[in-house]
Amino acid sequence: MAQTTHGVGGLSYDAKRRTWPAEFNVFLALIILVGAFELIGRVFLGDSFLFNTRANVDTIFNEARLQIIILQVSIVGIIAIGVTQVIISGGIDLSSGSIVGATAMIAMSFAQVATVNGNPNPKAIFIEQGWTDLPVIVPVLVAIGCGLLAGLINGTLVAYTRIPPFIATLGMMVTARGVAKWWSKGQPISFPTESFAAIGKGLMPVIIFISLAILFQLILSYTRYGKHCYAIGSNEDAARMSGINVKNHKILVFVIAGILASLAAVVLSSKNLTAQAGMGVMYELDAIAMAVIGGVSLSGGRGSIIGTVIGALIFGVIISGFTFLRLDAYYQEMVKGVIIIGAVVLDQWRQRLRAMRA
Amino acid sequence: MSDIVLKTENLTKYYGGVHALEGANFELRKGEHVAIMGDNGAGKSTFVRQITAVEQRTSGKIWFDGKEVNFAGPIAAREAGIETVFQNLALADDLDVPSNLFLGREKVLFNLGPFSILDRKFMRKATEAALIRTAVKIPNLSNTIRHMSGGQRQCVAIARTATFASKLIIMDEPTAALGVQETMQVENIIRTLKANGEPLILISHNMRQVFDLVDRIVVFRRGRIVANLRKQDTDGNDIVSYITGAKTGEAELAA
Repeated sequence: MAQTTHGVGGLSYDAKRRTWPAEFNVFLALIILVGAFELIGRVFLGDSFLFNTRANVDTIFNEARLQIIILQVSIVGIIAIGVTQVIISGGIDLSSGSIVGATAMIAMSFAQVATVNGNPNPKAIFIEQGWTDLPVIVPVLVAIGCGLLAGLINGTLVAYTRIPPFIATLGMMVTARGVAKWWSKGQPISFPTESFAAIGKGLMPVIIFISLAILFQLILSYTRYGKHCYAIGSNEDAARMSGINVKNHKILVFVIAGILASLAAVVLSSKNLTAQAGMGVMYELDAIAMAVIGGVSLSGGRGSIIGTVIGALIFGVIISGFTFLRLDAYYQEMVKGVIIIGAVVLDQWRQRLRAMRA
Repeated sequence: MSDIVLKTENLTKYYGGVHALEGANFELRKGEHVAIMGDNGAGKSTFVRQITAVEQRTSGKIWFDGKEVNFAGPIAAREAGIETVFQNLALADDLDVPSNLFLGREKVLFNLGPFSILDRKFMRKATEAALIRTAVKIPNLSNTIRHMSGGQRQCVAIARTATFASKLIIMDEPTAALGVQETMQVENIIRTLKANGEPLILISHNMRQVFDLVDRIVVFRRGRIVANLRKQDTDGNDIVSYITGAKTGEAELAA
């Protein structure tokens, strides 16, 4: 029974002609990509990309590779969760990479130990004030505060001054990078406490990334905030006429994106055991690319966190795959660019196809 | 007075030196459907924009639901019970039907500020009920508005209006961009509203439609109300004469 009278008012509705969710296509692309690397590996290298081929390890999959695929995109992935929400609401955020840099510097200076190998920590910023060996909650809260402030400035600029988000966050991008360099006059900040270093240890970045992704996917799907993100992104005037407080919503979206960027900064500086002013350069563009590959429409209103996570995994697979094939890192960048363009073109084809069938 | 839903007295709007609306006296009774007709620029939409507080009037008084009102804006007017179907529909293209029906007034399970959990089941049920009540036909409620025809979009917009307006519905040329069948569907919704006793102001250029649907016709010309006629007391030629100015003077109801 293909035709069922499922619809309200007795109109027939063919469940078979229902369109797939956009995430399904992205997931398919991920599988095809993994399959391609697997095939090339088997044919040209005689090695498997995905499966375990070592006799001394008793697993089906090559777990080390799987971990690396996710681990290397987790930190940018955390940023991409926030960027996804900004883009769905019809905005764009270019400042997240610089917020990572500035936040990493400021937070790390509150996470330092007093003594290294019995000598006073040479890099300690606040050693004269005695702000060393602080509990881990202090640098984390400082980081969240930095992200909140940056997001608040972004959001207020976008909501109240009618500056396009592209320009407002471009300004923040430059300014926050300046803050990152000014904070320690360009010096790296190192030697964090053990509890701070634990945040980014091992697979912790993956756990944090996936937990945040699940949390925000639920928020987008089931809360008023999520509904308003999509509403404002697809028709801002309609949202305003319907009584949604568009200004407050925009500020909230940018605050959330800022906080997520600052959490990424905590994980990154903890993982690297140091903070440098150049941290997070280009992360904003990688995060936007992950979202776009994952089916988030740059014109707003469409996309999901699940899509962005799959987009991030595609990124991870490409990087791991090129390493696996022992190709130069230079090719990765080139292919990444091609994939971003390809994802957008495919999405537009798909939209046109749907419009024709409707 | 008690059965009067909406009343305006000397409602006037100037845009700089342009007298877009002058001294409009208008009444709408319970359950009544009134059409507003007139040439482009005659003041029809201006009149509606003053009532719904999309713009603030230059002078004049408005009574709604027995009280004199001064709405601060369209949201205040809507909260008081005036629902408007705008020409540009005000729908979010990427959301499905229930989300659009409840846009800006979502029903929630737990109130947690912006992160309140939506009561999706309730909204879906209420949407189905609303669509059945207004006899709107939508094949699949989960489809986004983007993938619907112009008629279906218009029906969703009208169903939204009809769901929440207990007191007054205003439609600004609801069938202007629609095909024959879609127009019929929208007209059927308006008939359903009439049967339910919900008062309505219909702005339309379509003479057949107006004579089919409403009880009373008000004609605007050059910012003034020039005719206010019961349907049975007039005909198409008569109305056209008022619209074009061949007949002048204020024709009042003999009541």
